[in-house]
Amino acid sequence: MATEKPILETRDLTIRFGGHVAVDRVSCRFDRGTLTAIVGPNGAGKTTYFNLISGQLKASDGVVTLNGENITRLSVPERTDRGIGRAFQLTNLFPTLSVRENVRLVAQSKARKGFDLFSIAESHIELLERADHVLAEVRLIDQADQIVSALPHGDQRKLEVALLIALGPQVLMFDEPTAGMSVDEVPVILELIRKLKADMDRTILLVEHKMDVIRSLADRIVVLHNGELVADGDPAEVIALPVVQEAYLGKAPEAA
Amino acid sequence: MLTRLLSGDTPRSGLLTLLLVAVLISLAFAPFLFPGTKSLETAARICIFIVLVASYDLLLGYSGIVSFAHTMFFGIGAYGTALALSTSGPSYGSLVWGTLAGALVAAVFALAIGLFSLRVKAIFFAMVTLAVASAFAVFVSQMSWLTGGEDGLNYKIPRELTPAFKLVQEKVFGVRINGKLLAYYLVFFASLMLFLVMLRIVNSPFGRTLKAVRDNAFRAEAIGYKVVWYRTTATVLSAVMAAFAGSLLAIWLRYTGPATTLSMEIMIDILLMVVIGGMGTLYGAVLGATLFILAQTYLQNLMGVAAEATSAVPLVSTLVAPERWLLWLGVLFVLSVYFFPSGIVGRLRAGRA
Repeated sequence: MATEKPILETRDLTIRFGGHVAVDRVSCRFDRGTLTAIVGPNGAGKTTYFNLISGQLKASDGVVTLNGENITRLSVPERTDRGIGRAFQLTNLFPTLSVRENVRLVAQSKARKGFDLFSIAESHIELLERADHVLAEVRLIDQADQIVSALPHGDQRKLEVALLIALGPQVLMFDEPTAGMSVDEVPVILELIRKLKADMDRTILLVEHKMDVIRSLADRIVVLHNGELVADGDPAEVIALPVVQEAYLGKAPEAA
Repeated sequence: MLTRLLSGDTPRSGLLTLLLVAVLISLAFAPFLFPGTKSLETAARICIFIVLVASYDLLLGYSGIVSFAHTMFFGIGAYGTALALSTSGPSYGSLVWGTLAGALVAAVFALAIGLFSLRVKAIFFAMVTLAVASAFAVFVSQMSWLTGGEDGLNYKIPRELTPAFKLVQEKVFGVRINGKLLAYYLVFFASLMLFLVMLRIVNSPFGRTLKAVRDNAFRAEAIGYKVVWYRTTATVLSAVMAAFAGSLLAIWLRYTGPATTLSMEIMIDILLMVVIGGMGTLYGAVLGATLFILAQTYLQNLMGVAAEATSAVPLVSTLVAPERWLLWLGVLFVLSVYFFPSGIVGRLRAGRA
């Protein structure tokens, strides 16, 4: 696997906000079919690092490549088009639309039908079927006709994950996917993430706080601290490192 | 078949269906149901404003874009047709090329404004449209050698569309079958067709994407939609539809001037009609435009009757004096927004659930 070209790579990726360096020269490679957990205390730059990769923020310095192509200057939809998908930490949905419509919109984007002006949206049966298939997977099918803003928080979190699964990109970035979910829902989502990695050969990046989740899913752990990459390697080894114990596990795990 | 014509967007409320059918039948048979010049004028105005208001809802309700330049596009369409008819004569050829030229100019303007200002904050776009629309209105009133300035343009339209043309010598159901009637049906069927086209657009994959962009532009980008292009396309489509509505007005009135097409007053009327009818549903445009124009046209008469009837009661008769009709229109508007914050259609559809 090490000889293979990485799917996603960041080289000296940096972003500065005024004098504050939020992500500081982070270089990292992510291979096909692997799941990397990104950990670190609050404010370590994990979500900022995600934003730099998916394009919500533009890097001050450094490079992001996907399949060898430099995507550092591309817009968010252009990166999505090339295979980077993202689920958000704070739920980020289409609140006035139905649950099914939220997922259907993702399937529609993937089928490149957004600029179809003259057909009736509901006549594209395959998009509706795709939406219902994903909703069944995340166990939201019974709520498919509800308006999203009326949905309980836990279900909104599931829908957040459903949107990313419907997009099915080459690189999937999950930002605390199970936060705010009820205990019995968590294994459903973890099983889905495991399946994405194993059966579909995707590259997954996961920001997560729960150690048991990390242990059960991750092939590798990357530790960020004050915007710098301080450790990177096999989960058991990384967790044992003193710098990690001090920087991450030494502090009380956040509630978020 | 009917569902397909409505693009699957059925009214989804018994009372709403009833109201819409009533409006459709009244407009379709207006010359026979309500004979008289004034009522025919009102019916034609309603048809044209349904298109204009629906095209504005495409922006405000479906895309979440606030624009104050809608009357500018309305005016561009009207002046396009008017200039073609007055410069190259009252033929169908000049009617068609003027209308198409107006729509094209509107599209180019909308594209330029959209690309220039839709990338940034919504309030900036609103301000740019306000500035451009005001500048355009001044420009039109100054270019009097071309546009007739404040006086506007009077011109001839093809003879078959004027009262001078008699299709049938005898009256049918007491109504003269003349060119004016043909002109009305031109306006009616063109409006109906434009409305159905817009209904298709908002229910197409594109229309659904607009709603997503309105709800959460940030997330729409993250699932692969290029938001700026969707907003710009919506602006262009809305401008073209408004221009067509303007052309219909130009044909109907045989006059085009700043007061009938470009004034800020009309812009505000459009806003009110969208809000009263219900944002984000084209059926709202039908009810909003119909009610508003009926009130605008007949409230004064109605109040005249009321004032007469209550002339013995001192305070009441003063309150309902016909010259206070604007006050009552304002009261009606405040009440309707207060009781139906989601518009008439929003209220009717919610009542069913």
